[in-house]
This record gives sequence, C-alpha cells and structure tokens, in this order.
Amino acid sequence: MLRGWPVSEMAAHSAHPPGFAHQFETVEQQREAGTLGMWVFLVTEILFFGGMFTSYIIYRSLHLQSFIQGSHELIVRFGATNTAVLIFSSLTMALAIRSAQTGKSKGQIIFWLILTMILGATFIGVKLRFEWYRDYVEGLIPGVSWLDGGTHTPGVKMFMCFYFFMTGLHALHMVVGLGILTVLVIMTARNKFSSQYYSPLEISGLYWHFVDIVWIFLFPLLYLIGGRYPGS
Amino acid sequence: MSEHSEHAGHIGHVVPITTYVMVFFALMIGTALTTWVAYIDLGRWNTVVALAIAVVKMTLVILFFMHVKYATGLTRIVILAGFFWLGIMVTLSCSDELTRHWEIVPQGWQMIVPFVSRLL
Amino acid sequence: MSAATADLHDAPAESGVNYLNADYGIRSWLLTFDHKRIGLLYLASITVMFLVGGIAAVLMRIHLVEPQGALFEPETYNKMFSTHGIIMVFFFLVPSIPATLGNFLIPLMIGARDVAFPKLNLMSWYIFITGAALALLATLSGGVDTGWTFYPPYSSHYSATNVTIVALGVFIAGFSSILTGLNFIVTIHKMRAPGMTWFRLPLFIWAMYATSLIFVLGTPVIAITLFLLGLERILHVGIFDPAVGGDPLLFQHLFWFYSHPAVYIMILPGMGVVSELITAFSRKKIFGYSFVAFSSLSIAVISFIVWGHHMFVTGQSIYAGLVFSVLSFLVAIPSAVKVFNWTATLYRGSISYEAPMLYALGFIGLFTIGGLTGLFLASLATDVHLNGTYFIVAHFHYIMVGGAVMAYLGGLHYWWPKISGRMYPDLWARISAAIIFLGFNLTFFPQFMLGYLGMPRRYAVYPAEFQVLNVLSSAGASILGIGYVIPLIYLIWSMRYGPVAGPNPWKATGLEWTIPSPPPTENFAEIPVVTEDAYNYPVAEAHKYPDAPGVARV
Repeated sequence: MLRGWPVSEMAAHSAHPPGFAHQFETVEQQREAGTLGMWVFLVTEILFFGGMFTSYIIYRSLHLQSFIQGSHELIVRFGATNTAVLIFSSLTMALAIRSAQTGKSKGQIIFWLILTMILGATFIGVKLRFEWYRDYVEGLIPGVSWLDGGTHTPGVKMFMCFYFFMTGLHALHMVVGLGILTVLVIMTARNKFSSQYYSPLEISGLYWHFVDIVWIFLFPLLYLIGGRYPGS
Repeated sequence: MSEHSEHAGHIGHVVPITTYVMVFFALMIGTALTTWVAYIDLGRWNTVVALAIAVVKMTLVILFFMHVKYATGLTRIVILAGFFWLGIMVTLSCSDELTRHWEIVPQGWQMIVPFVSRLL
Repeated sequence: MSAATADLHDAPAESGVNYLNADYGIRSWLLTFDHKRIGLLYLASITVMFLVGGIAAVLMRIHLVEPQGALFEPETYNKMFSTHGIIMVFFFLVPSIPATLGNFLIPLMIGARDVAFPKLNLMSWYIFITGAALALLATLSGGVDTGWTFYPPYSSHYSATNVTIVALGVFIAGFSSILTGLNFIVTIHKMRAPGMTWFRLPLFIWAMYATSLIFVLGTPVIAITLFLLGLERILHVGIFDPAVGGDPLLFQHLFWFYSHPAVYIMILPGMGVVSELITAFSRKKIFGYSFVAFSSLSIAVISFIVWGHHMFVTGQSIYAGLVFSVLSFLVAIPSAVKVFNWTATLYRGSISYEAPMLYALGFIGLFTIGGLTGLFLASLATDVHLNGTYFIVAHFHYIMVGGAVMAYLGGLHYWWPKISGRMYPDLWARISAAIIFLGFNLTFFPQFMLGYLGMPRRYAVYPAEFQVLNVLSSAGASILGIGYVIPLIYLIWSMRYGPVAGPNPWKATGLEWTIPSPPPTENFAEIPVVTEDAYNYPVAEAHKYPDAPGVARV
C-alpha cells in the first residue's frame, strides 16, 4: 500500500475484494482496465511476431521452391500433434477460468491449471526431443549444427533459419506462459481468487490463447507449404 | 466513469461448458482437415485453404476462448487495429520486395495483379 | 474518515504534505509507485542522456571546423555520430516528453489518482535505465560506428564495434516505451473523471494518446528487427545476405516501419505541449479543437504508411517509391492543420511573452521550416539530390531540436511551478530561450545550404569550400550549448531559492491547475466532476471583440 494515500470517499465506503488497487474508483473499472491492458499488450505481440511473419512472407514469395524443400524436412505428425496439444490446453485454460467464475473449489481451478501446464510442457517436450534434437543430429540448425550438401541448400538454410527463429520465439513465449501458470497455481492455492475476483486468471488466459493462435498459423505456414502431396 | 459493458454484475459473462467443448472439437477438426488437405494436390490453392482454415480457427479461439463475442466494442477495435497494422507492414513491404523486377509500372488496376500472383 | 486522511485533507496547500515531502530517502524514490515521482526519475535519467548525446555533438562540431577534421580519425568520428544519434533518438527524444511530462500530467489532467498500472510504470523506468546503462557501457567501451540506423551488411558482418550490446540496450529500452504507451492508453480510456468526455480533454492528452498508439504499434517491430540483427551478427546465417537469398532492404523496411513513426513519437507530444502553451499565453481557447484533436490521430495513423521515403535511393522498386512519395505528402496535411489552428488561436488573443510562450512561438516557426523542407525530401526527384546530405540533417534537426526540444523546454518551464512548487527566474528563462533560438538557427541553417551544395552527411572530412558554413554551424553549436546549460542551473536553483508558486501562477485552465503546487500524492482530495470544455478562458476584453472566432463567452 502506498503510504499517505487516502482512499476516496466512494472506495472507503464500499467493500473491496482482495486485489483491489486504489488508483481505481471501482472494481469494475479495474477489471476493464486490466483486460484492455492485456489486449493492448497482445497487439504489441501481434506486431512483434508480425515482423518475423513479414520477413517470412517476403522470402517465401521470392524463394518458394527452396522453402517448400525446407518445409519437407519437417515432420508433419509432430507439428499436427503439437497443434492438437495446444488447442486442448486452450480448452483446459478456459475451463480453469470458468471454474473460478462459477465459484468452484480452488482444487478444481488448480486441476485445470496444472493440466494446462502439463499440455504446455508436452508441447515443448515434443519440440525439443522429436524435432529440434533430430534437426541437430541431422545438421539442420543454421549457425549451430549445419551440414551443407544434398538437400541442405542455401535456400533451405534460410527456411530453417525462419523455422527456428519463429518456433523458438514461440517456445520462449510458452515457457513464459508456464511460469505465469505456476504463479497462478500458487495464487489459487493461497485463496486469492473467487467468483468476484479472478482477473489475473482471465488476463493470463488471454495470453495463453494468443500463444495458441500464433501456433495455429505457424503450423500450416511452416509444415504444410506447397502441400505434402506426391510431386510437391 | 467507465462504461458498464456487462449487465450481469461484476463477474463477466459465463460461457457454457458445451460451447467450449464444441469449439474445441471444431478446432480439432480444422487441424485434421488442414493436415489432410495438404496431402491433396490443389496447386496454388493449398496455401489459400490452409490459411483460410487457420483464420477460422483463430476466429473461434478469439470469439469463444478469449470471450470477445461478449466483449466491448473497444476490445474489438483494438484487435482489428492490431491485424490492420500487421497488414500495413506486410502489404507495403511487399510492394517493394515483390515489384523489384518490374521495369515498367503497369497502369490502372493491373498494378495489383502480378503482385497478388507472386504471393501465392 | 480516518485520522491519516483527515490530516492530508486539512493541511494548507503551501506548507502541507505533497508528493515531494510525503516520504524521504532514496528508497522512497526508487520504490515509488507515484506517477509524479516516476516522472521526475525519468527527468533525471534523460537529462543525463541528453548531456552524453550533447557532448558527442559538441565534439563532432569541433571536429568539423576543419575540412580535414580537427579532432578525430575517421573511425572515431563514425563512432561519434553514431553515439550522438543513438543516444539522442532512443534515450532522450523518444522518452522525453512522454515519460517526464506525460507521466506527471496525464493523471492530473484527466482527474485521476494515478495511471492505470503504477507498478508497471515503475518497472518501465527500471527497464529504461537498464537499456540506457547498457548503451552507455557499450559507448564507453568502444562505441558503435554503424550510425543509429544499424544497416546490414555493415552492422551484421563488417563492423568490429559493440553493435550487439548497443542493439540490446535499445531493444530493452523499447520495452519501456511499449509499457508506457500501454499504460497511457488504458489510463486515458478508463480513468477519466466523471464529465471528462473525450472532447473536453486538453489537447496534450489527445497528443499523448496518439503518441501512445505509435509506441504500442511501432516499437515491437524495431524490437524484432534488432533481435534479428543480433542473431545475424552472432550466427552469421545470412538473413540479410543476398548471396544466400537474403535482402538487406528487408532490414531497412522493418527498421523504418518503426523509425519513421518514431519521429512522430518525438514531435507529437511537443505539439500537444504547444497547444497548451499557446492557449494559456493568448488567454484564448484553441481555434478548431476537434480539428487539432483529430490531426493528432491522423498523424499517428499516416505516420505508419510513409516509411519508404527513407529508402528512395537504396534500390527500392520504383513502384514502392511512387506509393510512399504520395503518402508522404499526405502526412504534411494534419501537421499544417495544427500550425494554422495555433496561428488562428493567437489572432486577437491576449498575448504575453513569458519563457514558455517564447518556446512555443519558436516551435511554430522552426517546426514549419523543418516540415516544409520535408516536402523536398518526399518528392522523389529532389530526394535523389538531397538524400545523404546535410539537407537531411538540417531538416530533422529543425524538427527535433527546433521543434521537439523547444517544446520540451517550454513545457518544462510552464509546468515547473506545478512540479516543484517554485517559480524560476523569468528573465534568465527568456534570455536562455533567446540564446537557444539564435544558437539553433546559426547551427542548422547553414546546414541546409551545405546540403543543397552537396556536402554529404556522416563524413569525417569535406571539401575546403564548405569550411565557412561549417565554422558558422560550429559557432552556433557552442552558443546553443550555453543556452541549454543555463536552464539546468536556474531550474535546479529555483527548487530551493525560487519564490513559492501558488496552485495556478499562470491563471490557466486545466485540472492540473486546480490542485496545490506541488500536488499531494493522491492528486485530488475529491475526484472532480468536469462540466466545462477545455480552455474555457474568461476573456476580460471579450466585449472588445464580439465577433472574433474562438473567443470564450463569459
């Protein structure tokens, strides 16, 4: 609490739930401000990832065959599985928030949050073990373990740059998301949330869904360019 | 003061579990469809279909999981602005990168035709 | 009411508790959530950065007194102009008005107790000084010589200087901007006092809102751009290397997508300040309020679609050049609207010439010159001749220094009594404003001529026939430097020895002038209810001008 900061008349006379911040006049104002703030932050993330997407779109247009060739180095079933895992995690996140909204027990909220974390960790695990480790061994990581020759042309190298930059940045955001979920689990365990106050859950949910949406685009753009039919 | 967008008290709109589950299945079907279509030769249309499905999936996540269906107009404008600005960045950058080979600038509406076909 | 609140409400303004004396000690400043204190933390930080960037400028101008260079080897000169640009752009101009005056004034002007996210606000400051410290560290341990524009392949492959560290410093400081912009947007949307509708807001708030839009939409792109540059410099994978299919111009597109709107980040707040100063010192409401308000938004939007004018001679396609040239002419229109409306506000106003007004009038003239010279650069054919010359340098310094810095100083002087509770000595303030104006023009007007005559920018040496103009420019720079040092002295002096200022020494309108100087920590004892438009000046001589436009009826 700020010292020497008297609460306004209105606020002093109404009961405020835990987590009320006194620069606001009402709980509703705080909730709206928090939600708007998270949406504005997500817009900055759209532009942040957007720089990479722009570069990707341009280079793909200029070097389509190389990019198709590079894309064929990726394994579709892992990408598709991970997409399903993330979509499932968005469902569990939404259900965690809904549990708080409808006043369910903290045990139930924590259940859904932990399930979300397990799914997020699964995503990263699949990436690391089945995709990136395999790429490392096969000499497909530019600047780290790149092997020239055969299908590993300079154009494919450019594609793999973008593959690693974009999925790497995405994975970084997932890890941050897991950190946020950990904090939420602790806060829930400490009885911070109720059906009257669950803003941190809602706002973190927005972030989590955003990370899911980025992957929803990364999967087709990276794994399925130019199709996977015979002769593509 | 702030405008009150939800009339149902201070806790915001509660979405039924069935809605969430239906959206989940729609998203899974979309994923399966995208993957399946990739193995069919549609030429240039593969990209269009894949992106169209991705856009639909994104819309479902935004409207239902992120509660935008029940959100204020301000939230929607913010989201649209984000995508619009991304559009500016992509479009104007491409207006240079994809037209370098032009020796003569086409006239009238034909200015956009080679530009679009290069993208696909 | 509790006893604690009773004390604060009953305390008389001048001897009472205010945000400066509510708490003592370095911890109370470094851990504050009070937007006013955070504004002052920023004020101190950016003043330091201004001095560093200013020293680089002084050294450059001394060097340029002689055609073969008076001070440095060319490599060192390259580091000087790069340091000057990077520090001034990213660590002084971009945060200047928003982080200091914006932080201090926005809650006061809209009738709120603080910004929407005070803790995020403090974090923004820590992020800023982390980035600034990194940039300073890199500067002192060898610097960079790529120019503030960091173009590859020089920056990614050939430069042997501290590119990565400086880029990291800028990257980090960018997050400070983003969070500040986010904070301001939410604050202005959600925390206006009852009755404070959008169209009753002071124009400074409209300008800050437009600036915040740019912060939020543009800065993430420079972040990802520098991130890519850093990866390229470390891994050498060839993202911008044509030999492997990359394109150096892709970097430039991404860089300028932010950096052009960034220049509007630097000028829009200044325009907001000028709207406040012109109305206060003409004692008249602004001419065409909604036009000025919408012009701020227009500038913010159009600023994002003109960036290619920085790339007319880089190999960009003709098609794109056409598109960007046309759009660049468009962006001049809302700026011109503002200049016309300020002038119309002055007309038949009751004008006085205190220091803030001198800065505002100087702004209008110098910004107009800077803006008009931009038109030569927006035109493809003339830009071929002028690009890369001192014409460009003069153009942007007229806007950044003649415009933005003068508006910053004008705003600092105008709100100084509110910030510190003291008045500065106005005679010294007017003298320094005059010195700055003279020094500035002597420094930069010759540069227009140099550029037109063909002297390239970022060169450590120049042909002997340009020496006279260069010497004039350097002489002006020393005068300008003196002009900047004097306010530093008397403003600090006034904090202790200046006469105590009341709540409203300028008799201006605006919610910030209805509370004590300095304000109490909570800003308002009671959140005000707003019933009047902005700039509702009661004009004593209104009867003399019954038909004058814009005169407030008493």
